[in-house]
Formats: sequence, C-alpha cells, structure tokens
Amino acid sequence: MTAIANNSAAGPVTIDGVLIDDAELKKRLDKAMFRSRFRAFLLVLPLLLFVFFSFILPIAYFLLQGIYDNSFSSKMPEVTRALKDWDGSSEPTEEMFAALATDLKVVKADKTIGKVATRVNREFPGSRSLFTSTGRSINSIEAPYKESLINKKKKWADIRVWQGMKTASRTWTPGYYAAAVDLKLNADGSIEQQAEKRRIHIKLFLRTLKISFLVTLFCVALGYPIAFLLATLPAKTSNLLLILVLLPFWTSILVRTTAWIAMLQSQGVINDLLVYFGITDDGSRYSLIYNQLGTLIAMTHILLPFMVLPLYSVMKGIPPSYMRAAKSLGASNWTAFWRVYAPQTIPGIGAGGILVFIVAIGYYITPALVGGQEGSMISNFIDSHMRQTLNWNLAAALGGVLLFVVLIFYWLYDRIVGIDNMKLG
Amino acid sequence: MALPAYAGWGERLWYYTFRFICGLIFLFLISPILIVLPLSFNAENYFSFTPGMLGLDPDAFSLRHYRDILTNGMANPDRLTGWWSDAWNNAQWIRSMRNSFFIGFFATVIATVLGTLAAVGLSRSEMPYKKKLMALLISPMIVPLVITGAGIFRGFSDGARLFNRFGAWMAEFGGLFAWIGQKLENFELVYTHLGVILSHAVLGTPFVIITVTATLVGFDQSLVRAAYGMGATPLRTFFKVQMPLILPGVISGALFAFITSFDEVVVVIAMASVEQRTIPRQMFSGIREQISPTILAVATILVVISIALLATLELIRRRGERLRGVTPT
Repeated sequence: MTAIANNSAAGPVTIDGVLIDDAELKKRLDKAMFRSRFRAFLLVLPLLLFVFFSFILPIAYFLLQGIYDNSFSSKMPEVTRALKDWDGSSEPTEEMFAALATDLKVVKADKTIGKVATRVNREFPGSRSLFTSTGRSINSIEAPYKESLINKKKKWADIRVWQGMKTASRTWTPGYYAAAVDLKLNADGSIEQQAEKRRIHIKLFLRTLKISFLVTLFCVALGYPIAFLLATLPAKTSNLLLILVLLPFWTSILVRTTAWIAMLQSQGVINDLLVYFGITDDGSRYSLIYNQLGTLIAMTHILLPFMVLPLYSVMKGIPPSYMRAAKSLGASNWTAFWRVYAPQTIPGIGAGGILVFIVAIGYYITPALVGGQEGSMISNFIDSHMRQTLNWNLAAALGGVLLFVVLIFYWLYDRIVGIDNMKLG
Repeated sequence: MALPAYAGWGERLWYYTFRFICGLIFLFLISPILIVLPLSFNAENYFSFTPGMLGLDPDAFSLRHYRDILTNGMANPDRLTGWWSDAWNNAQWIRSMRNSFFIGFFATVIATVLGTLAAVGLSRSEMPYKKKLMALLISPMIVPLVITGAGIFRGFSDGARLFNRFGAWMAEFGGLFAWIGQKLENFELVYTHLGVILSHAVLGTPFVIITVTATLVGFDQSLVRAAYGMGATPLRTFFKVQMPLILPGVISGALFAFITSFDEVVVVIAMASVEQRTIPRQMFSGIREQISPTILAVATILVVISIALLATLELIRRRGERLRGVTPT
C-alpha cells in the first residue's frame, strides 16, 4: 500500500516517506488517471475490435463498391488507356479499335467477356449482345481494326457504345450514386437527369419515407392512448395489460407477419367477418394485403411496442399531482391535459417516434411478404439488385443513401434523447 | 385514473369511450397472435377458418400440421424403427430448429460476454469518449439489416480469402505451421455456422450493452473501491461484487440477444446455405413459396416459446426489484 501523508493544505506531500513537490504529484496523478482510463478502455476493446472487424469494416467494404468499380478497367486495360485521351464526342480512332480488339481477344480467352459486356450494358442498354457476338469471332479480326470490326458488327460505329465504354472505364466513379438519385453520368463527366421513364429511385425513396412516416404516425396515434391508460391505471392492472404489449414485442416478426396474412387475405378473418356482417358481399372482398395497406397495417403492428414502451416510461414519471393542480386552478380536463400533461410527454413521443422511424425505413421482411409490388420499400429494391440483377455497385450506392438518411435520424435521436438513455422493455 | 363520484355525464361518456378505444387497440395488438393458435389445428389445408371449425366440430380440428412439422423431409416417415433418428436428422423443421438453437446459443454467449465487459467499461466515470463509443457500439441495432447482411456477406467472403492466402503462405513452412496453414487455407465464413454465429453476435451486442448499462446506472462505484481496499483482485471484485448486482441486466440482455438471433432472417438469407437454415428462414421461404398451415403450427410453437421467455424476464425483473428493496408490483 502507498502511504500518503498530507502535511499542509497545499504544500509538499510525502509518499512512502519521500517528499515530493506539486509537479511530481501532478505527474503521478496523471499517470494513475491514465492507467485507470486505460483499464476502462481495455474492457471495451474486445467488443470494439469485434464490432470493427465483423460489422464496420465489412459494411465500409460493401459501401466502397458504390464508388469503386474495376470490372471494366481491370479486364480491358488497353481500351481504358486509349479512352483516357478521348474527348467522348469525336469519331473513335483506329488506335481505340486496335486496343478493343486486343482486349477482346484476352477476355474471350479467359471467359470474362460476359462480365465486361454486362458492365457496358449498364451504361448503354442493348450492347451486351454486341460484345458476346463479336467475341465469338474475334480471332478472325485483323488490322485495320476499325474497318474490320465495323464490318463484322455495324453497331461498333455507334458512338454511344464508345461513350458507354468510357463511362464504364472509370474505376472510381460517381456514376452509381448519380444513378441512385436518378441522375446519369455522361462520358465527358457531366451529370444530367435520367430519362423520364427511368427515374424510379427517387420515387422509391419517397415512398419508403412516406410509408415510414405513416407507420410512425399510426404508432403515435395508437400508442399514445394505451400508454396513457397504462401509466394511469393501478400497477396491478397495468402490469397485466402490459403483457398485451410485451407479448407481440417478444413474438417473432415472421410469426406476426404470417398472422397478418391469415387475418387480411381475401379468404382471411377480417374479410370473413365483413362478409358475415353484410358489410361487403362474398364476391367483392377487400384486398387488404399484398399492397401498401398490408405493409402499413403489419408494420404498424410490429413497431407499435417500440412506441408504447418509451412513451409509457416517460408518462410513468409524470407526477399525477400536476394534473390535479391544474384542475384545482380551474382548468378543464382538456386544458389540463393539453397544456400541462401533453407537453411533458413530448420526449417520449420523440424517443419512440424516431426509433420507430429508423427501424421502419430499413424494413425488409414485412414489405417483402405482405407488400406486393406497390408496398415494397427501398430495402427490397436493394436486395433485388443484389440477388437478381447482380448489380452490387448500384445496391451499394442505394444502400449508402439509405444509410445516410438513417444516420441523420440516429444523430437526431442522440441529440434529442441521448443514446445512453435508450431503454428496452 | 378512477372515475370520480362527482363526474358529469360528459366525463362519464368520455371515460368509457376512451377505454373502449384502448380496448380496440389492445385487440389490434393481440388478436393476430391469438388467431394463429386455433388456425394451426385446422384439419384442412387452408389458411382460414372452415365452417366446421366455426361450428366447433371436432372433426374439423386435427394435429396433422404438427405431425407435418415432424415428418416433413424425413427419409421414411412410415417406418417405425429409427423413426426418431430419422426425424432428428432429416426433418426440415427439426433441422432448422436445431440450427436456430445452436446459432442462437453461441451468438448469445459471444454477445453477452463481450457486451457485458464493454458495458462495465463504458459505465466507469473515467472512460474516455464514452458517448462516441456508445453510439458506435449501438449502431448494429440501427443500420438497416439489408445493408448489414450485404456488408457481412461481402466482407466475410473476401475476408476469408485473406485468411486462405495467408494460410497458403504459412503452409510452406512445414510442421505445425503447415497444419495451421492448411486449416486457414480452407477457412470459410460465408455459408458456415461460424459466419452466421458471428454476425448474429454483432447484432445482439447492442441489447446487452443497453440492458447492462441500465442496471449499472444505480451501481455504487465505491463498492468496487471498497473491495480493492480490502485486497480483492480486479477479477475477484468483478465476479464477487459487481456481477451479482448486474446479473438481472446481463440475463435480460442475453435473452434479448438470443431472441434477436432467433428471430433474425435477413442476414441468414444473405449468409446461410441450406445447411444453416433457421426457423425464420424456413418460414420465410414457406410463406413465399407455398403457404401452408404447417407455418401456423410452427408459429404457434414460437408463440409458446416467446411466452416462456417473457415469463422468465418478468421473474428476473421481480427478483431484481426484491433485491434492490423495492416491493414487486
């Protein structure tokens, strides 16, 4: 043990019988502080490393593909070099055609021509077959390459193929992010709006925001009354009723989605009841599912507990005497609620609302199962790009935009509620 | 909020209307979950109530969908010898149930150990960059799962390539190095149990951090100093002083981590092959491909499991309150 004797209020101190001055004391104190900070940090370090290597780094690596694409430049180095000096609008030169013939022979031989064709096809739709069919007879192509390639396939004279290749030859490219917000990167590096019928992403983002916003709104509208009821009832009753909120919370999302299919489908419980009560006849059952309505209902149900629980914990902390005081001062029930009670619940609405919104905006499973075409969200679209069109770069760019929106709300949540105030159950 | 005796008729009307509205909202919350239970005993292959079921005809109910859970995918469901081992090894749902518990268990262990340690560190007053670190460590809960799934898929498959190359280099050295090198050369994360476990562990850690930090808020740090003062080692202090007090938070965090893994499907879709199919994954393709009441039977079993988890959590909460000297409500 270290024996410390303080001789006077601010004078020199003896430690282990050695007299030390203030500077030395400060140094030792700093050292001790550093050690304890370091020890605390050591406790966090394992998780930090784990999260870094199996979460942060993989996601950063995935998002990198939104701006990095060497699928053309690595396979077609000669063309890439030749295209570098090309202005993107003048007549393609013989050197460019020669480079093309050289590269095509290589990619044909190592069977990667399909990848190259896919890449250019993204920039200029319809050029895939041009590559594959030229590839089949590439060995018969001889100098002069320009004439011989154009003789083989007239389309090689089309300048848009070359523009597409120039755009595709960029290794670091803003093209995918531009595409994610319905813009188009041209061969000369300029950016313009996508053609009217190909502007689909902004619409999809707006739809995703709209669905998330409506779900949040419904959650507030449905969550507020029951949180209020739970907070004002005697503890015995409210704990029982709380089970009705917690049981859905703990039940698998798949189970709840399945349950909503059973409820909402045309032969489902709701429609059966409506027919039974004569609200609609058997022939004209409502389509409540596989559309936006289905997504809204099922997502509101799934996310409602995320709203109720923070609201409930805020409301429980509001002393009932405030309302009583307001009433005794002559306020009507409504005034007492609206002017005294409601303002105090705003932190709860903020906490629950932002949480619901953040979770809703990235939702995948429920829209995929009950949303149909018009009820699907941006996550579903990202997924289909990875699974069906295999355009991981565009998926990464769309994911980057989505993540950016989510992080803004995460930051907002931290500002308003504070991440260390997050509670569960 | 009892109705006072002097309440006027308007107040009375509002009081009952309000309760009626709340009743409807509770009905909205609970009815889909309850509706699954009777439907799973449907004797027909329908997803809706048959007239016989509504008339409570015993013949309209059956356990056939539960039998289906056991037999679906079995090599020979009619043979009696070796029936159980056949079901255990081949039945689709049983295999996914085994996968779910296996992956869930190990993901929970990793998430709980790392998450608890980090929460203890984060709760120390001397911890630097506390808020920033917390925001970073909670982020797996916030990032959309599609992005997480895609990132982990790409990162893990190309990350494993690095190990493979390193292994090939190491194998040149011979002896023990060659053995380790060979292991590393064949190392895979995508389409393996290990990969799914690691990704689920990441997703579970935020819940452990949140619950454990919440129990540590009321923790008196002078207890730790007192233990040190009496000569206890940091390890002994942790297990004998700190751990018993934060145990409720650790257990509920572990339950959250488990249910996160048990319920997770997006990352499983991205990361897992048929070998790692979990229950939610099996349900997902079941709903997409051919929707059959077997899914409802599985759903019923899952509801029973979540009731059990909820009851456990409630017991822990009451025990925690009793220990802290609050009368359970």
